[in-house]
Amino acid sequence: MAWFVFWGYQLFIVLAATGYVLGATQSREYAEPEWYVDWWLTIVWLAYLAIFIGTIVKRRERHIYVANWFYLSFIVTIAMLHVVNNLSVPVSIFGSKSVSLFSGVQDAMTQWWYGHNAVGFFLTAGFLGMMYYFVPKQAERPVYSYKLSIIHFWALIFIYIWAGPHHLHYTALPDWAGTLGMVFSVVLWMPSWGGMINGLMTLSGAWDKLRTDPVIRMMVISIGFYGMSTFEGPMMSIRAVNSLSHYTDWTIGHVHSGALGWNGMITFGALYFLVPRLWNRERLYSLSMVSWHFWLATIGIILYAASMWVTGIMEGLMWREVDANGFLVNSFADTVAAKFPMYVVRGLGGLLFLTGAIIMCYNLYMTVRRSPAIAPTNSAVPAE
Amino acid sequence: MEHYTLLRQFADSWMLLFLFAFFIGVVVWVMRPGGTKTYEEPRNIPFRHEDKPAPRRGESAKEA
Repeated sequence: MAWFVFWGYQLFIVLAATGYVLGATQSREYAEPEWYVDWWLTIVWLAYLAIFIGTIVKRRERHIYVANWFYLSFIVTIAMLHVVNNLSVPVSIFGSKSVSLFSGVQDAMTQWWYGHNAVGFFLTAGFLGMMYYFVPKQAERPVYSYKLSIIHFWALIFIYIWAGPHHLHYTALPDWAGTLGMVFSVVLWMPSWGGMINGLMTLSGAWDKLRTDPVIRMMVISIGFYGMSTFEGPMMSIRAVNSLSHYTDWTIGHVHSGALGWNGMITFGALYFLVPRLWNRERLYSLSMVSWHFWLATIGIILYAASMWVTGIMEGLMWREVDANGFLVNSFADTVAAKFPMYVVRGLGGLLFLTGAIIMCYNLYMTVRRSPAIAPTNSAVPAE
Repeated sequence: MEHYTLLRQFADSWMLLFLFAFFIGVVVWVMRPGGTKTYEEPRNIPFRHEDKPAPRRGESAKEA
């Protein structure tokens, strides 16, 4: 069944990609694939859920560790979001085209209820689950506060689901709904930082590892980016700030500091932790390569995010600039031309990040090929 | 529209109260006296049974 989930998901990605190339799209943000792909993903995802719940049911450990709570909430919520957002009626059995059950502002709200919670439960809850396992393991210290992890888990679950409307300020969505989303987004700041504090403080008493262990450094910078982008997000959800930032590159910068900084770096850390263990290697092939990866990726994201801040704010200001008679001063093409230097910096940042990732691939490959083997300790056994 | 009004009224009152009470309940429960000691054990779960699963529990009265 695990193989079915793995290959099924690969097939889903291929189907989604063919949809892009061949023009089969239902035009929903982050949910372009048409109904036949949605159905396939639903089947695969339910199999994934069954594996996960099955593993939990036959566990031998009394307590379910908090990382698994986050993971379960991620799998369940994504299933719910996916199904509701993709409710549609196919036009014909053999055609790819379908018509959504929603229309107008309800449609927009459903899409952003889906879109924002995909970020919240996939890229936040799922990756917090990773953080709660890999950071303690790499630091060899238990998580800072288990109480905090429970409280911030429930706070995150209860609050995140309301934050979607902040994507629809100044639209047909009623003001009260926008205000609701905005307030919940600002409140969300606290549970988000609960996770950041818990992750960072896990290192208290082991801060010296930052100097000696580049893998821990990678995880810490990822938690740092998590904290930064979860501060930036609530700020951008405030209506007045949003009037400047919406539709500009600022949003792009925000998403990338989250996706590359937080999700990317914690994934790199997890890979560096996992590969030597899975292949029974004594250690990684090269720690200095990890250091190189760390610095390339960090500088890359900083260049990326900083250039997007600059061009985003510039764009926002140019778009709203009016002359004495109330006419707009700049055309859209003017803002595109003005952005050129920042886009060079952005491209450079992305290139550095990619170079780091390629170094990692080489390092991990060589770890499997060259690093001295140790006696296997992890032959596959049923999960607890 | 009838359904909408009904559901909406329920969501605005009892469901809201229930969810809020549930959350406060979680916070109070976590902060209960003796909680810190209880959570000392689950904190260390990732460091146990590195190589093979935990031994089977006797009788196996499984709680969810």
